[in-house]
Amino acid sequence: MSKFKLITDGLVKNNPTFVLLLGMCPTLATTTSAVNGLSMGLATLFVLVLSNMAISLIAPVVPDKVHIPVYIVVIATFVTLLQLLMQAYTPAIYETLGLFIPLIVVNCIVLGRAEAFANKHGVGESALDGIGVGLGFTCSLTVLGLVREILGSGSAFGFNFIGGNDGMLAFVMAPGAFLCLGYLMVLFNKFLKKN
Amino acid sequence: MSKLLVSPSPHIHSKDSTRSLMLDVVIALIPAVICSVVFYGWQELLVLGVSVASCVLLEWAITKYMLKQPSTIGDLSAVITGILLALNVPYTTPWWVIVIGSIVAIGVAKMTFGGIGQNIWNPALVGRVFLLVSFPTYMTTWSKPTGLFGVDALSGPTPLGAIQEGLMQGSTVQELTAAYDYKDLLFANLGGSAGEVCALALLAGFVYLCCRKVIKPWITLSIFATVALTSLIFWGIAPERFTDPLFNLLTGGLILGACFMATDYVTSPMSLWGGVVFGFGIGFLTMMIRYFGSYPEGVSFAILIMNSVVPLLNMWFKQKKFGRK
Repeated sequence: MSKFKLITDGLVKNNPTFVLLLGMCPTLATTTSAVNGLSMGLATLFVLVLSNMAISLIAPVVPDKVHIPVYIVVIATFVTLLQLLMQAYTPAIYETLGLFIPLIVVNCIVLGRAEAFANKHGVGESALDGIGVGLGFTCSLTVLGLVREILGSGSAFGFNFIGGNDGMLAFVMAPGAFLCLGYLMVLFNKFLKKN
Repeated sequence: MSKLLVSPSPHIHSKDSTRSLMLDVVIALIPAVICSVVFYGWQELLVLGVSVASCVLLEWAITKYMLKQPSTIGDLSAVITGILLALNVPYTTPWWVIVIGSIVAIGVAKMTFGGIGQNIWNPALVGRVFLLVSFPTYMTTWSKPTGLFGVDALSGPTPLGAIQEGLMQGSTVQELTAAYDYKDLLFANLGGSAGEVCALALLAGFVYLCCRKVIKPWITLSIFATVALTSLIFWGIAPERFTDPLFNLLTGGLILGACFMATDYVTSPMSLWGGVVFGFGIGFLTMMIRYFGSYPEGVSFAILIMNSVVPLLNMWFKQKKFGRK
């Protein structure tokens, strides 16, 4: 498999949000604005790349019976690292995302890639796979966040263009998340089928 | 229609079509429409026009350009959605808010699920609830009816809104309801969305629908009975905290919801007992939301919640098959 294809697969064919429907909890909860979606995606990307690399290294020596607890411990280590880093350098985003940062530990995308890819491939390939899937997640979350922000608060990346008026508040709340996700999924799969 | 089985004759021919049934519902809504225009004036006419036009246009555009199917606007169901949506919003709502409501009602709640007969929730109610959640300022600023030729433009809360507000400030229900004359509620003289104001006109439409056998009355009656009973119990226990049954029957969108929206063919159960349980659920949830919820009015939420349970009710209360014991 070429290196380029490893990345594009994660972005399009195996897009974690719109195709595999993994990691729905942070997808629905943190995408109230484009910036929030983007930072959640990047946080997951960080954990995904590092845990993929670490797991591909230790996989040959981990006994099969305990591999899931071992992977979880590895992932939790990186999440703790990320949590402390974010708390120190980006306290505002850390506050907004709140509980969803520690919840990356149980994000099924991270564990899924470890199980399905990293424990069978080398370090380099696993890192690329992590980047691809992580970028796919980041892009989906940013787009979802952007759509919800435009409809819900009338702004894009924090830049307000309707002059202080309220947008359609439902899109900032949970129902809007489900609605937007559904319609974006339809569009994504329509384009995927065309090509 | 590949599963359509044609059995040997004799066949019963029925004159009813979707179009004729929907036309009956439109006719039944006319008294309420006239009533609301008379009480609210030309602004209400504008709301009705925008709502109906955008619903019908949208359904036509979606069937033509997105689904590429024969158009379904001839069955008049979009017209009803438009009228019901208009009757569910204050007459002061800006036109673009109503257009958004129609987009959600027809585009999201109806056509996304496959058009008439496929939708899980009542389209007009989905549109209404979406607007209520999205634009609380437009949807809860009520003006007292000024009349077709009236001039005064007092703005005031709906009776239910005023009572919830008052209870929070520590007044008792008796003090608060003293301001309302039940005759006013029956003959439309208070603030509210168009469909909330004239109980009598709505009931006339309901009687017409029952006489024409377009709808069966049990869902509506079950809602009324449950609301009356539930509020009777609470009112009997603590009359200073809870409003009385008659007040609850006459205020809010209860009559509009029970007569025209809960009885929608697509989103209500098919059997008698299914309908009774459905009505009980709506009535009970409505009263729980009114008494304990953060919104003063709960009919639309109650109907939407019970709409989601309809497939289950249809499974539990199967219609008896002909010839079976």
